[in-house]
Amino acid sequence: MTLSEMMNIGLMQGFAGLSLFAVLLLMGLGLAIIFGQMGVINMAHGEFMTIGAYTIYLSSVAVGKLAPNFMPYYFPFAILLGFAIAFAAGWFVEWALIRHLYKRPLDTLLATWGVSLAIQQAFRTFIGPKEVSPTLPDWLLGSWAPSPGLDIPINGLFVLGLTAVVTGAVLLALSKSRWGLRVRATVSNRVMANATGIDTKKTDRLTFAIGCGIAGIAGAAFTTIGSTGPTSGSLYIVDAFLVVTFGGAASLLGTVVSAFGIAQTQSISEFFMAGSMAKMLTLSLIVVILMMRPQGLFASKVRR
Amino acid sequence: MNALTDMMKRYQLGSVLVLTILLAVVMPLALDIFRLNLVGKYLTYAFVAIGLVMLWGYGGVLSLGQGVFFGLGGYAMAMFLKLEASDPETTKIQSTPGIPDFMDWNQLTALPAFWVPFKSLPFSLIAVVAVPMLLAFIISYAMFKRRVGGVYFAIITQAVALILTVLIIGQQGYTGGVNGMTDLKTMLGWDTRTDSAKYILYYVCVALLIGSILLCTWIQKSKAGTLLLAMRDKEDRVRFSGYDVANFRIFTFCLSAGLAGIGGALFSLQVGFMSPSFVGIVPSIEMVIFAAVGGRMSLVGAVYGTLLINFGKTYFSETFPDAWLFLMAGLFIAVVLAFPDGLAGVWQRHVAPRLAFGRGSNKGSTKVSTEVPAEVSTSPVV
Amino acid sequence: MAIKRDPSNLDASRRRLIQGAAALPVIGASGMAFGQPTASVNTTKLAITDTEVTVGQLHSSTGTMAISETGSIQAEQLAIDEINAMGGILGRKIKVIKEDGASDWPTFAEKSKKLLINDRCAAVFGCWTSASRKAVLPVFEKENGLLYYPTFYEGLEQSKNVFYTGQEATQQILYSLDWAQKEKKAKTFFLIGSDYIWPRTSMKIARKHIENFQKGKVVGEEYYPLGSTNFGSLMNKIKVQKPDCIFTAVVGGSNVAFYKALKAAGITGDKQLLVTLSVTEDEMTGVGGENFQGFYSSMKYFQTLDNENNKKFVAAFKAKYGKDAVIGDVTQAGYLGPWLWKAAVERAKSFDVDKVVAASPGIELKNAPEGYVKLDENHHLWSKSRIAIGMPDATFKVVSESPQLIKPDPFPKGYQ
Repeated sequence: MTLSEMMNIGLMQGFAGLSLFAVLLLMGLGLAIIFGQMGVINMAHGEFMTIGAYTIYLSSVAVGKLAPNFMPYYFPFAILLGFAIAFAAGWFVEWALIRHLYKRPLDTLLATWGVSLAIQQAFRTFIGPKEVSPTLPDWLLGSWAPSPGLDIPINGLFVLGLTAVVTGAVLLALSKSRWGLRVRATVSNRVMANATGIDTKKTDRLTFAIGCGIAGIAGAAFTTIGSTGPTSGSLYIVDAFLVVTFGGAASLLGTVVSAFGIAQTQSISEFFMAGSMAKMLTLSLIVVILMMRPQGLFASKVRR
Repeated sequence: MNALTDMMKRYQLGSVLVLTILLAVVMPLALDIFRLNLVGKYLTYAFVAIGLVMLWGYGGVLSLGQGVFFGLGGYAMAMFLKLEASDPETTKIQSTPGIPDFMDWNQLTALPAFWVPFKSLPFSLIAVVAVPMLLAFIISYAMFKRRVGGVYFAIITQAVALILTVLIIGQQGYTGGVNGMTDLKTMLGWDTRTDSAKYILYYVCVALLIGSILLCTWIQKSKAGTLLLAMRDKEDRVRFSGYDVANFRIFTFCLSAGLAGIGGALFSLQVGFMSPSFVGIVPSIEMVIFAAVGGRMSLVGAVYGTLLINFGKTYFSETFPDAWLFLMAGLFIAVVLAFPDGLAGVWQRHVAPRLAFGRGSNKGSTKVSTEVPAEVSTSPVV
Repeated sequence: MAIKRDPSNLDASRRRLIQGAAALPVIGASGMAFGQPTASVNTTKLAITDTEVTVGQLHSSTGTMAISETGSIQAEQLAIDEINAMGGILGRKIKVIKEDGASDWPTFAEKSKKLLINDRCAAVFGCWTSASRKAVLPVFEKENGLLYYPTFYEGLEQSKNVFYTGQEATQQILYSLDWAQKEKKAKTFFLIGSDYIWPRTSMKIARKHIENFQKGKVVGEEYYPLGSTNFGSLMNKIKVQKPDCIFTAVVGGSNVAFYKALKAAGITGDKQLLVTLSVTEDEMTGVGGENFQGFYSSMKYFQTLDNENNKKFVAAFKAKYGKDAVIGDVTQAGYLGPWLWKAAVERAKSFDVDKVVAASPGIELKNAPEGYVKLDENHHLWSKSRIAIGMPDATFKVVSESPQLIKPDPFPKGYQ
């Protein structure tokens, strides 16, 4: 192994860690908004991601049949469509179910589990039980080789870029937009916010829907990595929760930091030991740290 | 006579009696041995459900990782049974005879050290209860002493369930991996697969279950039970009154873990294998569903809830596989939204008053608090 | 390595089949029932009437294995329909009870109990992963049931109650390793698999063969949980080790993520030799031809096999399941199951499991889509092994075929 080869491996492994970081962050972002700002535990978060993934798949099937020439371009549109459909589904679920349960967080956990079962079965009944993969446009496949021996996966770059855009947009919206203002007001002091005329119910609904929409984008991004089936959501849900809880539920910065920490720990240890041992090591570290500091890395400074 | 009826009312023995008759008399008469064995399997889940009634209904602590304790107890028993089924004579075609088959095909050449004590039945029986309780103690001590509760605790129990699943599956050589431990045949020479053995195991299971219900009822009626309810509703007040909230919660968590462990061991005996698919998050949440549907405040209700959902799963999933999952999801959402006390609550509030039995509101929930409170989110103190 | 030649084959059983089939319309036309009285063909209280015999089908139609098992379900059903169209077995039509194992081994065990104890099936066609087979094996042995198991597997098993219609390890693994060494001069191998019994046991055998018989070297051995999608670090480990050949047994849905990851890491067929034991046409529908092209798969059957039997089989399959249907190795092996059972039952003139098992050794199928196969007395099939390269359109092109039928040897000496 020459020095340049070792450096290449180091860079590629670092990139693998960054890739995993992007995946975890994208998964956790939607959940952090919902959990952190509203205290609602959405166990159906994984299913909203799968909604986004299936949207990409169905779009690719439709485009393939109706407008094959459009194939190289459909992907970004399909992502937006995934956001829209997941957003709408989240809006509906909040209106139908969640708004009755705000005072009972443990019950929202259970009720949203019921929702996730229903959505999974809906996938099975209306789309089919087998795992599916969309036809990805050529520019997303393969690797980019800036120098010989250094192969950076293009789908990793894509997910990284998408995550940066989405995270930036969310942070910007939370700090600069009127919606962000309303959300922050509601989180700080719900009663006062109501008193000042903010419709906290509408704000909650919008926030939940946006969180689900982001989950949809995450699911859409993951179709570049693996296949999609009715139960794909359950692969992601616990990791997403751990990222959010570890970072500190009320802090988006915490989510970013925790996603980074978890991703690097896992991918570095994966390089040196078996995959499942690495996962167990990472999980155990998280649990131990959480037991010592239950409020997560970045605790909210306001008593809720 | 008065003292007897008073005691029966106080300890709700009436409903326990009905349950006992149903399980011990009606079911064996009405069902063939194949279906009775299935009922026995469902009853092992009921152990977890009654543990959850104590932990969640009374203690206000939701654990989404009870599968861990079910699995630990189940694996402890399975390890003993597997060692018995792997004597050198039966395994002579292996590279290394005398060790379980999965160790052989994972290229192990000797029994790992931590397996050796499980050759003895007394040790294994103790381990069935002790190991889950020990783990529960460690987790709950770390959490409750720091006043972590509510949602955070639930998520951490999920993480623990995931860790144990990954550990079991990843260490195939030591645990059998994703296959689990199969082909468990005899216990001390007694063949557990014959019909007569299945009957005996069923009755043992029923006896232990009823015993556990009586034990929990006694705890509920004692001062500890009242304190648990008080802690669930108004934790700080109880703390200011001088009680150590954490200790009571630790006790309840360990109790529920021990019960789950017993359930797991009975599962290994009756079904003949144990696998990590009973340890993870999905089965753990399913067990919560059993308790929720049956009535999280009612021990007897939890048993009925378990039986009902499992019967539904087996029968409806064959005839209407698509509709069944929608039905279960809908049932679950309905229970959470509209019937927080589950079936027991429905019985107690709507059916029992209309039955002029004179037993009044005896069936189901306790008299102390029948309402599931609007939960105060016990987030950790910052 | 012992590769035995197939003995001079007799056309006897085929003639008997044709005679029987030719006789059926005549007898049917004359209005007489062909079947013998139920009491004489069924002495163990199986679900058999004068006109019907019940069999079970136990596969995963949901879960991570559904992508692989759907083909087996379809093929077994096709075989049963064809048999029924010919008049059934011993004059009885076959009725199928389908159960879903849901990719969950405890469910497989429970459903197998139902099929044997409750439904009294005369035979069960089912299972795919070795985990599911191991979970149901105790039930079949205790209840004396009959299982036709279609998947290529690791061997080291020979149950009286199971017939293995897929290749066992020595037929599939040893042939492909020898091919890699001889044709592609591979000396170093990186072994990758999913984390359960079949890949672990297969790689144990592969390692012994590489190290002891081929004098090669194993530079890496990694296992990933079923359903896992996280292969980034593995790609880098492969790049560090630079093996001559990647030898993989990744199963089910994980295949999709694995081959996408390979492509994304720049590891493609033109630069790296990869031989897999677990990608058939079924998995290709999920993986995609563009991700697998240039890699090799080791099976005994490929849809593009060029013989008369296969052309008829593919046409019949597509006619029933649509022109986009694909047929993999396990699907074809599933197709063989009902035919082998039928032949054994007719030879035994009974449905009793003990009699069928006793009548099975030596049964031949000359019209199997893969070519001539024979049932050995160790309940496995003599068959040829083939290596094929993946094409961009998701089909396979056969590049090598074993010259003779390979004798099945589930307990190979020197590999334990």
